[in-house]
Amino acid sequence: MHPVASIARRSYASAAMDQPATRAETADSPRHTHVTFDDGILLECGTTLPSHTVAYRTYGTLNADRSNAVLVCHALTGDQYVAEDHPITGKPGWWTAVVGPGCPVDTNRFFVICPNVLGGCMGSTGPLSLRPRVDGSDSSEPWGTDFPPVTIRDMVRAQKQLTDYLGIQRLFAVIGGSMGGMQVLQWAAAYPDSVFAALPIATASYHSAQNIAFHEVGRQAIFADPDWQAGQYWRHGRIPARGLAVARMCAHITYLSEEALTRKFGRRLQNAPKDSTEAINLFGEMFEVESYLRHQGSTFVQRFDANSYLTITRAMDYFDLAADCGGDLATAFKGSRTRFLLASFTSDWLFPTEESRFVARALNRAGANVSFVEFPTDKGHDAFLLDEPDFHRTLAGFLRGCAMHAGLEARP
Amino acid sequence: MSTHDPVRFIAKNLRVDLAVIADMIAPGSRVLDIGCGDGTLIDHLFQTKNCDARGIEIDMAEVTRAVAYGLPVMHGDADIDLQHYPDAAFDYVVLSRALQAVERPRAVLRQMLRIGTRAVVSFPNFGHWLVRWQLLSTGRMPMTATWDRPWHETPNIHPCTIRDFFDLCEHEGYVVERWLAADEAGRRSPWRRASRMANLFGEQGVFLLRHR
Repeated sequence: MHPVASIARRSYASAAMDQPATRAETADSPRHTHVTFDDGILLECGTTLPSHTVAYRTYGTLNADRSNAVLVCHALTGDQYVAEDHPITGKPGWWTAVVGPGCPVDTNRFFVICPNVLGGCMGSTGPLSLRPRVDGSDSSEPWGTDFPPVTIRDMVRAQKQLTDYLGIQRLFAVIGGSMGGMQVLQWAAAYPDSVFAALPIATASYHSAQNIAFHEVGRQAIFADPDWQAGQYWRHGRIPARGLAVARMCAHITYLSEEALTRKFGRRLQNAPKDSTEAINLFGEMFEVESYLRHQGSTFVQRFDANSYLTITRAMDYFDLAADCGGDLATAFKGSRTRFLLASFTSDWLFPTEESRFVARALNRAGANVSFVEFPTDKGHDAFLLDEPDFHRTLAGFLRGCAMHAGLEARP
Repeated sequence: MSTHDPVRFIAKNLRVDLAVIADMIAPGSRVLDIGCGDGTLIDHLFQTKNCDARGIEIDMAEVTRAVAYGLPVMHGDADIDLQHYPDAAFDYVVLSRALQAVERPRAVLRQMLRIGTRAVVSFPNFGHWLVRWQLLSTGRMPMTATWDRPWHETPNIHPCTIRDFFDLCEHEGYVVERWLAADEAGRRSPWRRASRMANLFGEQGVFLLRHR
């Protein structure tokens, strides 16, 4: 076992750092800051993972009474690199508009934690991780499709282990969009006393039939790729790049809106690539929107594991918070003292405003403190990641109000 | 902007008007302000009376302004969203100058007194002498400082007078704990015990109600 140098980056002292059930190194995730929990995690499906790793990044400084921690939950294809350049693609973090110095989630003020979800492929335990042998040692083979199905609840339990390990009893805020918002709702329902403020953005309390349908198209595209090899593609030194790219292209359409696609691409044509093998190209041309989607697909496969995509889309599909609480979403939040901000976007048809309103009304029935805003935009679901000044001002103001009620000092 | 344009009565001297309402609310209480606009009243109640005050507002631009200021306000419609609150969730439910703009005023009042122990209701008085005089003398819909939009443009679809409101409370079984008539600036008018005089000279009525 080799100690991971990056773990020493942490700029705070944690009393929990030397818990016997944790170790800060594993063989299969040497590149990412992480912690490994050896006390086992019982998943909702009934399987116990004897040990699991949570990769994460932190930004800012934890204050003396550990009251300024903000947990950021990433979406389906996101990861822990929320506010810094991505180590694989070199691109800026996925939420630099929201998280950073002087941003709505101000890292000068808050201690921001962003973990990679359980089932992910950026250092946290997932289908890409080496499968342990019966004696507990790692085998040389990844889990692949044998990785147990995980749920949003399992992801949040793993995150709770991380925040416990970091010595944080109460998070000042938990924030996330899309699948990240599902995790926020799960956090608020499962650990109400550990969440002062919850910000579920562009999300829903259950995954709709239409959204499951789109996920299924993506999964079938992966299955249909000959390189998928029944999920054991590593044995052949291949990845199902074509299938995963099609899955991404299909999903990407759902993240946009008709209006945004028309505004960005219209019916404009461009030259098709020289090596194009498709017979249907007329005069060597293709539509700009085709080229854009292909680019989205091909860049995605460089950084994402197909089996992780299968695992995480399934987790989203199974999410139904009300079903876990006897059918009434309000019971999930009964007596909650958490302050909620629900935010949605007018042109988001993947997680429409009505689904946020449904959550807001359930919170009303539970007597919870809830703010709810819809922002006008033509950018579709992706709006939560993009430059939306009203949205960002509202996030900042909501957090400022919450900080006042939480008695947080202006500076740590 | 949103296709749902604001359907509310625009108060000209909001702060004075709201100060009269705030006077009726006990410190430290739980308050829901329906049609809270940018949240001026809930901010005032939190800052000066340490109330747990929240708001509902139909105009999304106002909701955004309120939340961006750090106030707990949600987008919602008085006619639709009150049913989602549990019984007796609040000590006071406030409806400031919006009763005349809701679709079902009686149902809204019932909801207010279901989810709150007390209701504070203010509305512009259609019985004011100038309104009466204009209708009598010109035979046309009145246009005053308070009723300042033409009949085909006004969001105020259910105007009533102070006497009408007393009748409604009687009929619905609500106790009027306090009431006053005020002029447009929110200053109290001196007809506390004479509702007929108040109905003639008061530009708006402010009522504190509870169940019998």
